[in-house]
Amino acid sequence: MAKDHAVEFKGISKRFGHKTANDKVDLYLDRGVIMSLLGENGSGKTTLMNMLAGIYFPDEGEIFIDGKPVVIKSPKDAFDNGIGMIHQHFKLVDVFTAAENIVLGLREEGRLDRRKVSAKVREIAEKYGFDIDPDKKIYEMSVSEKQTVEIIKVLYRGADILILDEPTAVLTPQETGKLFKVLKAMRADGKSIILITHKLNEVMEISDVVAVLRKGQHVATVRTSETSEKELTEMMVGHTVSLDIDRPLPVDPKPRLTVAGLTVKDSEGVTKLDDVGLVAYGGEILGIAGIAGSGQKELLEAIAGLRHIQKGSIIYTPEHEAPAELVGKSPMEIKEAGVALAFVPEDRLGMGLVGGMGMTGNMMLRSWNKGKGIFVDTKAPEKLAEKVLENLDVQTPGIDYPVRKLSGGNVQKVLVGREIASAPSVLMSAYAVRGLDINTSYTIYNLMTEQKMKGVAVVFVGEDLDVLLELCDRILVLCGGKVSGVVDARKATKEQIGLMMTSTDFIHSSPMPGETISQAEAMVAKAREEEERLAREKAEAAAAAAAVAEAEAEAQTEATEEAVKEVEKND
Amino acid sequence: MTEKVPLIRLTKREDMAKSKVWLIRLLAFLLALVLGGLVFLIAGANPITAYSTMIAGSLGKATGIRQVVKVAVPLLGTALALAPCFAMRFWNIGAEGQITMGAMMATFFALKMVNSMPSPVLLLVMGASAAIMGALWAGIPAFFKARWGTNETLFTLMMNYIAIGIVGWLQGGPWEGKPGSQIIPMFDERAVLPTVFGVHIGWILVLVLTFLMYIYMTKTKHGYEIAVLGESENTARYAGMDVRKVMLRTACLSGGIAGLVGFMICSGADQTLYQNVAGGVGFTAITVTWLAQLNPFAMIIISLLLAVLSKGASTIQTIMGVPASISDIITGIILLCMLGCEFFINYKMIFRGHEELPAAPETAAPGVTAAPGKEVEA
Repeated sequence: MAKDHAVEFKGISKRFGHKTANDKVDLYLDRGVIMSLLGENGSGKTTLMNMLAGIYFPDEGEIFIDGKPVVIKSPKDAFDNGIGMIHQHFKLVDVFTAAENIVLGLREEGRLDRRKVSAKVREIAEKYGFDIDPDKKIYEMSVSEKQTVEIIKVLYRGADILILDEPTAVLTPQETGKLFKVLKAMRADGKSIILITHKLNEVMEISDVVAVLRKGQHVATVRTSETSEKELTEMMVGHTVSLDIDRPLPVDPKPRLTVAGLTVKDSEGVTKLDDVGLVAYGGEILGIAGIAGSGQKELLEAIAGLRHIQKGSIIYTPEHEAPAELVGKSPMEIKEAGVALAFVPEDRLGMGLVGGMGMTGNMMLRSWNKGKGIFVDTKAPEKLAEKVLENLDVQTPGIDYPVRKLSGGNVQKVLVGREIASAPSVLMSAYAVRGLDINTSYTIYNLMTEQKMKGVAVVFVGEDLDVLLELCDRILVLCGGKVSGVVDARKATKEQIGLMMTSTDFIHSSPMPGETISQAEAMVAKAREEEERLAREKAEAAAAAAAVAEAEAEAQTEATEEAVKEVEKND
Repeated sequence: MTEKVPLIRLTKREDMAKSKVWLIRLLAFLLALVLGGLVFLIAGANPITAYSTMIAGSLGKATGIRQVVKVAVPLLGTALALAPCFAMRFWNIGAEGQITMGAMMATFFALKMVNSMPSPVLLLVMGASAAIMGALWAGIPAFFKARWGTNETLFTLMMNYIAIGIVGWLQGGPWEGKPGSQIIPMFDERAVLPTVFGVHIGWILVLVLTFLMYIYMTKTKHGYEIAVLGESENTARYAGMDVRKVMLRTACLSGGIAGLVGFMICSGADQTLYQNVAGGVGFTAITVTWLAQLNPFAMIIISLLLAVLSKGASTIQTIMGVPASISDIITGIILLCMLGCEFFINYKMIFRGHEELPAAPETAAPGVTAAPGKEVEA
């Protein structure tokens, strides 16, 4: 080989039990190149990178660094070879400063010279354009700052091959922009960067080459400039999927849930929600956007009765029934009333699902208290489990197989399926597509839309702004526990929401309940008008096209008719 | 392949067949016996004679069997008491104290009220009061945990010493029999549990309890609440469960059963109360509960096994002059092997040079895909 690649995988395979995570992967990466590693969930991206980072050891195959075969048995070996991985979940000590975290675990001679460390950190930061204070404590930092510390940590150790596992998942669009600038500076410095990601637009924006994995196999590596999002999706999924989410207009939206002046503090007295007001309509999907930890979780939990509420009211108006105040009701009563919560936490389990139990046991979470007597009813949950399994096509060896052992998508199907099965009139879901691949995500989106069309008020807390913009009717943006505004999802832009996520200065009007309602109604009405106008235009265009077609067809028809007549005559 | 490949690698296993799992456990048990045999060798005894003497001494005669059952009853009872707590991940290591306090309460009635009611009523009162006292003793740490999040492990442990201290004081003070004897008098026979087949009726009680506990843990709403809470407090709250209530109730149930065991020990086996009434049962039962993986029926077998070991050990001490504490060593080895074998059930090891070959032959050209799904079983 004339030129040695920075990293080269040759015939790398890795199996976990009967599951093949990577199957004879051949892949290489050169210096000064940003490569995106693209693939659906379970396609083996993270496993492959973990082998480079020394977390797993390949069952087969070899890894070459700069043309030399290497054996990477531990993260230390990886560092020695100049490889550094920035994991999705940060591994930092909260009470230490950035600089302390950066040198943590390094075995340098002599005493720790904090000033020297800080100076070196600043030097790295300056070189690549990081924005960081080495003496700031981790617990005082934002998510993006923590990520910066992680990146500098590997650079400090002299890494020149960097792996970033879904680095933008936790960032605002602005922060993502900043990160990309830094990555470009590193590329200019000759570093090799591998980005594991799901987001196609980012792939197109930042990377030079894209490697696509599917079912553990390397499908292709293409130049970003020579491909398109559509082509990449096809490679990833194996067949074409539509990127559009079907979004019908809300039909007859009625206020279902009216939240006003909601203030919630956590157990440490920190204000998590500050005077939040919102209206969720039956028949629409209300998206909730915000940087992670802006109060999304607390909002849903407060509505579900799982949080102590300092102040405020939550009025629930079921169909054909009088409005009722939810504040002060128990979680069980709220659930019975028809307000369902499907919350998918970071670890997917841990809230809403019991990992060690099968589908039946998990269905029981909703019904365990039903019926008289001391015994639980297992018949109904069993039936429900079978129904969910069938309707949502859950991949499981059986309804009693522990859900912990199912793949992420199937776990989420179980959760969402159960909540939908209860025929709620308000369906709140948080991070329902967290970590899911495109196909499964769409199943979930369709389920949400289906519920909306049934007149359910759907509240959808999401991480991906693109999805929120395509799925929801309106989007409420939270920032630091306050509502920074409600936007029309059919018109808003990502940048606009991004700005609202970071600052509450963009409030157009105070989020008083009355105003929010009128604002929301106006929005729905406007959207409707717009849609109708579009539909009219479309219809007109179609009519015009039809007219042309008709004229063309007429000639033919005449000919055909003649022919028919002739045939008839012959009869 | 380079020489620097790690010597042993671990990979997670898929689910194993049930039969294979039990085979591994059986092998682990046999391994424990072999290792125990080595201990006998070191102690200067022939392992085969030692084991057969143990069996003969414990299961060979009716008296031996009776004694084995007598040892197994409190072990099984306490293991049952711990099961719901452990299922809830509430580490109650205070069964020792709960047993002691239960026994103390039963003794109070046995000593002071023996003349004021007929024997069956007295026994019922003793049992009920013992259960209530045990429940209270476990309820205190549970209350603190539910309310202020205190550490139940330390709390229940400390409560043991208080309980033992209280009985020690009663023994040498208010309840002392002959002045200066430091002994509480033997119970009147009206306060002693009747026997069936030569063993106090407690053995029937714990068998019934085993069945009830199985039903409670697997079929009832309470059992479901415990299982969910053990898995995740958040999920329990989400499902509308009253976490504090469940915690308190389960701890009290656990303590109550332990208290009942205390009543069985003092009224059935010892027929008196002394400071060491629990005699480590509260701790040994933790072993039983773990080895049985919280399955009540498995607890019967394991508590019997441990009872055979301890009875057998005292036999070889008298016959062969081997110290009885050797049974503790063997118990330890068994525990280590049984818990250790779970590792091999969850993981498999691949040794250097013994890489599992893929389904496709090695000569296959690189790039040729091995059929996925086909896998060589290790």
